[in-house]
Amino acid sequence: MEKAVSGQERPAKQAVTRRGTFSAADVIIHAVLILLTIGMIFPFYNVILMSFSSSVVISKQAVYLIPTVFDFSAYRYIFHEPRFLNALLVTVFVTVIGTLVNMTVTVTGAYALSKQGYPGRKLIMSAILFTMFFNGGLIPFYLTMKNYGLINNLLVMILPVAVNTFYMIICIAFFRTLPAALEESAKIDGANELQILYIIVIPISKPMIATIALFYAVDRWNEWWFGVLFMTDVRFLPLQALLRELLTNYQQLLTSIDISSVVSQNAGLQPEMLKMAVLVVSALPIVCLYPFLQKYFSKGVMIGSIKG
Amino acid sequence: MYKSIGKGMYKNRYLYLLLLPAVLYYALFQYVPMYGILLAFKEFRIRAGILRSPWVGWDNFADLVAQSDFWQAFDNTVIISLGRILIEFPAAIALALLINEVTRQRLKRFYQTVYTFPHFISWVIISGIMLNFLGDAGVLNQILAAAGLEKQAIMTDPGWFRPIVFLSNMWKEVGWSAIIYLAAIAGINPELYEAAYVDGANRFQQLRAITWPSIRGTAAILLILAVGNAMNGGFEQIFNLYNPGVYQTGDIIDTYVYRSAFADGASFGVTTAVGLFKAVLNFALLYIANFMVKRLGGEGLV
Repeated sequence: MEKAVSGQERPAKQAVTRRGTFSAADVIIHAVLILLTIGMIFPFYNVILMSFSSSVVISKQAVYLIPTVFDFSAYRYIFHEPRFLNALLVTVFVTVIGTLVNMTVTVTGAYALSKQGYPGRKLIMSAILFTMFFNGGLIPFYLTMKNYGLINNLLVMILPVAVNTFYMIICIAFFRTLPAALEESAKIDGANELQILYIIVIPISKPMIATIALFYAVDRWNEWWFGVLFMTDVRFLPLQALLRELLTNYQQLLTSIDISSVVSQNAGLQPEMLKMAVLVVSALPIVCLYPFLQKYFSKGVMIGSIKG
Repeated sequence: MYKSIGKGMYKNRYLYLLLLPAVLYYALFQYVPMYGILLAFKEFRIRAGILRSPWVGWDNFADLVAQSDFWQAFDNTVIISLGRILIEFPAAIALALLINEVTRQRLKRFYQTVYTFPHFISWVIISGIMLNFLGDAGVLNQILAAAGLEKQAIMTDPGWFRPIVFLSNMWKEVGWSAIIYLAAIAGINPELYEAAYVDGANRFQQLRAITWPSIRGTAAILLILAVGNAMNGGFEQIFNLYNPGVYQTGDIIDTYVYRSAFADGASFGVTTAVGLFKAVLNFALLYIANFMVKRLGGEGLV
């Protein structure tokens, strides 16, 4: 792009990337984007603020922006509360084991489906795609899981979600982009498909595999619905389902875990702080994982999103 | 390709082994529940199970169409889905085009990072954040009180429910939806812009003549998918945000099914019929949308 700069003409490439120019349009664009940024961040910021500041302080100011009190009693309390710790344990279990199951089933399935020309592949692929658009609905699903004995069973938050079809399609599309020559040379050396997958394909697909694993981990961590649907015993409730109860049936929960006595014991502790503290802890791992997630996902999503 | 299917299968035996877990998953957790659809035409008796419960023909559907609650949920689903397509769909495209106009790569990535973050937060957490913001003792009411205005019970006001559904979903998903368009834009050949610049096209003209035509196909496919999901209406969101005060404007088919089956103890036969009704309608909508897009000269989904 070494074009001579004559007169008012700028090199075409510069014009395309528009470096160095800042027009009225740019001002408007950035103003909109910055406003949006504030709109995205402020709700989170406010929740964190609320979780460690007593409502007495908050009620004095119209908009509570800068923290003046740091009261961590809500956090101290929830980490001593057995129900919270139990829910945390359930969620950690479901996230770790669930993601392992997810990855095993997805990667093996996607690898086999990325190969062509063996009997039955097309049929299986169409059967899988069909489930993206049609399913039995809630009641048949519920009754089937009940028949499998999955009520009050932690596996209900793992097995029925062992594959996400969308993530598997991303995976298939990625495996198709790998050079065939690599695998062929291994085949000549006598390796079978299992060995090729394990020794060659998985190591060179690490970034994609990490992305999908993080997607799955986030989904398992966020699990609440099957907790609400299938768990009648509170010991099996995942963290997000407990948070939901805290937010919606606060009064009921109050009597069951006797927060009132705790609140009276800790003068500064307010119910709102407690809710917000559980909320912050429920979102924290995602906040921590997010930078790693963000690095890869735009590419991965592009590969697989449009058309399997 | 192979002399016989048997030989072909033996040659690829390891591929079948690799396929086994996934095939088992789809069979056990996707296809087995489908036989439960039979319940839509049966009267469910727990002791008899699905297969031996007695047939009742179309009775369950007749019960359904006689219920005003069902029609309320049906209307709400249609209105909320239509609103999503009209409001949230163009918003994602607009945001992608806006981000694309940012020339500094670092800044561009920063904006994208911020906007996509809420996608990874569960609706449970988001409903908590919204309560903190819009609830009775929330930030908004504090501001209103400080300004000497009357407090608003936004979260329990049926008139506010739909705007809140659209806004909160946009807040959560607009950045994520925009990524797909941004990826499509990134695939455009830069020479097109260079040529357009040489021809004297300004920024807006470049957007109309190059950027938009390049993402139109992506938009069409996403539109087909959105229409094909129209009868779903976003269960996770609605379920976490609604309360009895807003059923009249917020109860969608999925929440209606859950509530009538598990809380109100309606017959499983009738609630399965609702689910089937919804699924068939979704399928029909998907095909109609696909047909229309193809008819208008676009590339369809299938």
